Amino acid sequence: MMICCVFAELTKLRTVRSTPWTLAAFVVASAGLAYLLRISVAEVEDPLFVTFLPLTIGQMALVVFGALAVTAEYSSGTIRASLAAVPHRGRFYLAKLAAVTAVAAPASVVTVAATVAASGVSPTSAGALEAAAGACVYLTLMCAFVFGVAAMVRHTALVLGGLLPVLFLGSQGLGNIPVIRKVTQFLPDQTGWVVMHLAGPQDDARWARDYGAWSGLGLLTLWTVAALAGGYLVLRRRDG
Amino acid sequence: MIEVRELEKRYGRTVAVDRLSFTVRPGMVTGFLGPNGAGKSTTLRMMLDLDRPAGGQVRIDGARYRDLDRPLTKVGALLEAKSTHGGRRAYHHLLWLARTNGLPASRVTAVLEQVGLAEVAGRRAKALSLGMAQRLGIAAALLGDPPVLLLDEPVNGLDPEGVHWIRGLLRGLAAEGRTVFVSSHLMGEMQVTADHLVVIHRGRLLADVPLPEFVASHGSLEAGFLSLTAGAR
Repeated sequence: MMICCVFAELTKLRTVRSTPWTLAAFVVASAGLAYLLRISVAEVEDPLFVTFLPLTIGQMALVVFGALAVTAEYSSGTIRASLAAVPHRGRFYLAKLAAVTAVAAPASVVTVAATVAASGVSPTSAGALEAAAGACVYLTLMCAFVFGVAAMVRHTALVLGGLLPVLFLGSQGLGNIPVIRKVTQFLPDQTGWVVMHLAGPQDDARWARDYGAWSGLGLLTLWTVAALAGGYLVLRRRDG
Repeated sequence: MIEVRELEKRYGRTVAVDRLSFTVRPGMVTGFLGPNGAGKSTTLRMMLDLDRPAGGQVRIDGARYRDLDRPLTKVGALLEAKSTHGGRRAYHHLLWLARTNGLPASRVTAVLEQVGLAEVAGRRAKALSLGMAQRLGIAAALLGDPPVLLLDEPVNGLDPEGVHWIRGLLRGLAAEGRTVFVSSHLMGEMQVTADHLVVIHRGRLLADVPLPEFVASHGSLEAGFLSLTAGAR
């Protein structure tokens, strides 16, 4: 029964045009920017910084994919057909999450591989493999985090209007101010920066975070679990 | 058989459905009548566990909807509000629905034939006319070959030929022994389709009678409906 629902959710994802568009944008934006940086940036202290920076832009497309998988149910009214067909709320929710993750995880692997390739960094260079693995985990978790937020909020515009500025401005822009960074370093997207070599040299007190590479991803896991639990509670409580 | 017992729904301080009780029996078409805003759609949504009742319950062949295993094979529903993604093709809309309940893809083709949409199966939902969209909704209801059908305003958007078709379809489904529960505000249509009537107004039950009896005592369905709802004001 559960596996049927996962296949049904995969069918839903496969049969709307937003899926190929957002996933294509995810790969092309990430790898494309990586290539542009490669040919325009001369010398950098840490080559992995320019390798993984493009992912912070490309991830927006993955965020849109994760959000739309949920919000399109509500904007189109499909949610009524979905819940009439699968009245068990937990089963519906888990099946959808499984399907979205089953697409987001390989899409992240492909995108990270394409980005590393486009940046010209050798995958065998120091720390590259660990950073790439961390990036895949980070992106997949971000997609699930956004899935949970979307299940709580239910409107595409509210999810993206709320999250994109946080991802762009809150942490990347304002995060450059040291005092604010004390707080913003714990925001979901920031938690993946250490493992992706985006947070600056960690042995330098100006840039050092209060957590390490993999504990950062642990923090993101907590964010994701919280968002997913919130989304489930909203689904259970409100009318379809 | 559908049993509605003391069903209640409130939106803030407004009572949408007020301790409603009635039984829908198999082998006949039961018309669910009431003016706009009477609580028909809310009642149907609660039957499908889409809305949470403030009180009371609905049993479908003895079970709560949420406890049904593969519900599409037990209850087929057409809701008044749109429930298809505009960018998805008609065939694919039915395909994902079929998959949720482990139904074979051959059922999708079969119901598309049955409702006369086989030729436009590859069209995106937003490119379907109102009548075609309504037929797609009916196809979804028939997908699991269910013994119980709940249809909210199925005649909406259908042309005269479509209206004639659905009348025959509903009569045929009832003749096969299925429970057919149809909401409508079209009196003329109900008079020629229904065997039994459940009339509500402001969420309250006004009548639960066989159609011939109702018509005999009021002259026509419309006259009876108007005098009942006017009296309840």
